[in-house]
Amino acid sequence: MKAEETAAPGAPLIGPHEIIIEPNQAWLRLDWGQLWEFRDLLALLIHREFASKYKQTILGPAWFILQPLMTSIVMTIFFGRVAKVPTDGIPPVLFYLCNQLSWNYLTTNLQTGTAIFLNNATLFGKVYFPRLVVPISLVLSNLFACLLQLVSFLLIYLGYVLLVPGTRGLHLSPSALFLPLLFIHTALLSLGVCLWLSAVTAKYRDLNQVVQLFVQLWMFASPVIYPLSKFPIKWRWLAELNPMTAILEAFRLCLLGTGTLTVESLVMSICGTLFLLLTGILIFQRTERTFIDTV
Amino acid sequence: MTKPIIEVQNLSKLYTLGSIGATSLREGVELLWSKVTRRPPLNGKKLTARFAPEQVGPVPHSFWALRDVSFTVQPGEVIGLVGQNGAGKSTLLKILSRITEPTKGRAILRGRVASLLEVGTGFHPELSGRDNIYLNGAILGMKHAEITRKFDEIVDFAEVDDFVDTPVKRYSSGMHLRLAFAVAAHLEPEILLVDEVLAVGDATFQKKCLGKMGDVARQGRTVLVVSHNMASILSLCQRAVMLKYGTVARVGPVQEIVHAYLESAKPEEVVALADRHDREGDGSIRYDSIAIENAEGGSIIRTGSRCKVTIRYKSTKPLRHVRFLLTIYDLTHVSLLQLDSEATGGLPENLPAEGTVICETDALAITPGRCYVNLDLVRGHQLADHIAYAAYFDVEEDDFYGTGKLPKREWTMTVLKHRWKAGCDTAAPLEPEGFKDR
Repeated sequence: MKAEETAAPGAPLIGPHEIIIEPNQAWLRLDWGQLWEFRDLLALLIHREFASKYKQTILGPAWFILQPLMTSIVMTIFFGRVAKVPTDGIPPVLFYLCNQLSWNYLTTNLQTGTAIFLNNATLFGKVYFPRLVVPISLVLSNLFACLLQLVSFLLIYLGYVLLVPGTRGLHLSPSALFLPLLFIHTALLSLGVCLWLSAVTAKYRDLNQVVQLFVQLWMFASPVIYPLSKFPIKWRWLAELNPMTAILEAFRLCLLGTGTLTVESLVMSICGTLFLLLTGILIFQRTERTFIDTV
Repeated sequence: MTKPIIEVQNLSKLYTLGSIGATSLREGVELLWSKVTRRPPLNGKKLTARFAPEQVGPVPHSFWALRDVSFTVQPGEVIGLVGQNGAGKSTLLKILSRITEPTKGRAILRGRVASLLEVGTGFHPELSGRDNIYLNGAILGMKHAEITRKFDEIVDFAEVDDFVDTPVKRYSSGMHLRLAFAVAAHLEPEILLVDEVLAVGDATFQKKCLGKMGDVARQGRTVLVVSHNMASILSLCQRAVMLKYGTVARVGPVQEIVHAYLESAKPEEVVALADRHDREGDGSIRYDSIAIENAEGGSIIRTGSRCKVTIRYKSTKPLRHVRFLLTIYDLTHVSLLQLDSEATGGLPENLPAEGTVICETDALAITPGRCYVNLDLVRGHQLADHIAYAAYFDVEEDDFYGTGKLPKREWTMTVLKHRWKAGCDTAAPLEPEGFKDR
């Protein structure tokens, strides 16, 4: 066995690997090749996130479906029935469920992603790997939960169309084919915000407390409990500065056929997402390089 | 001459004491404000006051954990990194494993690097042993296929065959440790950076780890080991680097460096016996004082000197059947010799409750260097008193052989008068190497 080992000194090791370590004050130092090299780790981290979250829980992954469902029901009762918030003529349950698809995905990402540095301090302090793998794995593992939620949404949707009279006007349009793109858009946006929040909270821990508040305020600023169409036209541009606005409206347009979406607002949302993502990567990179000295 | 596999060039690392920048938003705003107004930050006063004694370097309340550290490592070398706590060993290892960045200088690593700064990093308690092997392997930089290929070997090494599918949180701590090391041990990097991992686990496990590390070294990989355990450094490495206050104090063959390290790490002063309260034994008799001098009563002891040890003791009642035992150690805690009153005999069976005993020796056959003395006092079969590091003495160089030549402490610990002559066909000559082997 020994002889074999020495005869073939680790086949995967071949290749001139040269690592140069020096202080790097440049803003962008992203080694995409490195990131690719650690793709196996990415897959395993996704698995870890997913498996560990629901080990030893009674309902397991069913929570992925139940939690947004219950939120939607509560919203239907309070905002739909009690406060009578208009829903663009869509049955309130479907309206809120549809909004929960993207909004719930975003908030789960933010909840799990904000404390990346703080939660992984011991790991980061002991072993090197591209830190970006961690937030990416979080966003992807949450995406899986989000897809489960989509399936449950479609089932309820189907039930609604078949069983409740007066909803025949609803139909899935071919624009539903854009859904994957929308999911990617949401994923990138939440990744960008996660990177920002994790970097900022690593430096200023007290901001951890503020994140919760920030998410809540963001929700009221986004058309989650109300449609954008109810926003005064004069101020609509203000609402469209929020990248989530276009995403929420687009989701509704794709799945339920009604939504206030303009090309400008979509382009603005995409630009905003890319801006957040790029700056997020930059600030995350900057934090990761010396973060460990500060804990 | 091949290119060195590790090249460290003027590597420096500056740490800010207290915190880097600011840890709360309020401090951050203050710092920003101070930058704008070019006044020292409000909290600056507080920090400097607290850290003033240690402060070194140009920036207030900051210090250089590493300063201009340079050395090279050739492929296939196993090199040890020694130094006292705070010498910068861990910082250096952290920089080389890319966990943190240097402030100045650079390092070039020509090969795939794996660092083992802690055993079991990234183990997830909820996941099974199998999942954790994959996860841990991937964190350490192994490919999925590579882990699959070595999976059985890893499980075998860790001796956890029956538990691969049990969550790791149900493992005993020993199993946990074995599994973690097994994964790490099967890494196949060209450069392995190891920090103190050998300090964990029981003796058998440590032995296993050492054995595996030796294997890794024999496969021609380059290993950089940090350890406080000089025995493992000595057995693993050929060369060593000694760090002191963040700078390279010495680089050279391992024996030399370990010796230099131990010399520098020796206790500064031995406390007077009367002030020693960390004693063991039942306390019925106490050592009161000890004086080690040469036979003429001088304080200088040389190789070949005859020595005189004077011991005062104290007890409440007269002594019967007591044994005075002095054990003399070198810096590596290896026992050189014992002065034993029972083995030699000569002391009367009955001694007064308080008094002095004197031990005289023949020529001291110890190479120059520091020696420590542990004291034991045994009454019957009962340990009455024990003091570790009760005293020390320095053996000075002397012309023991009459040739002006004397072996050094790094080479050997004892000297022996002996004679050489030519023409003895039958007797095998003594190989000089025979001495080195200890």
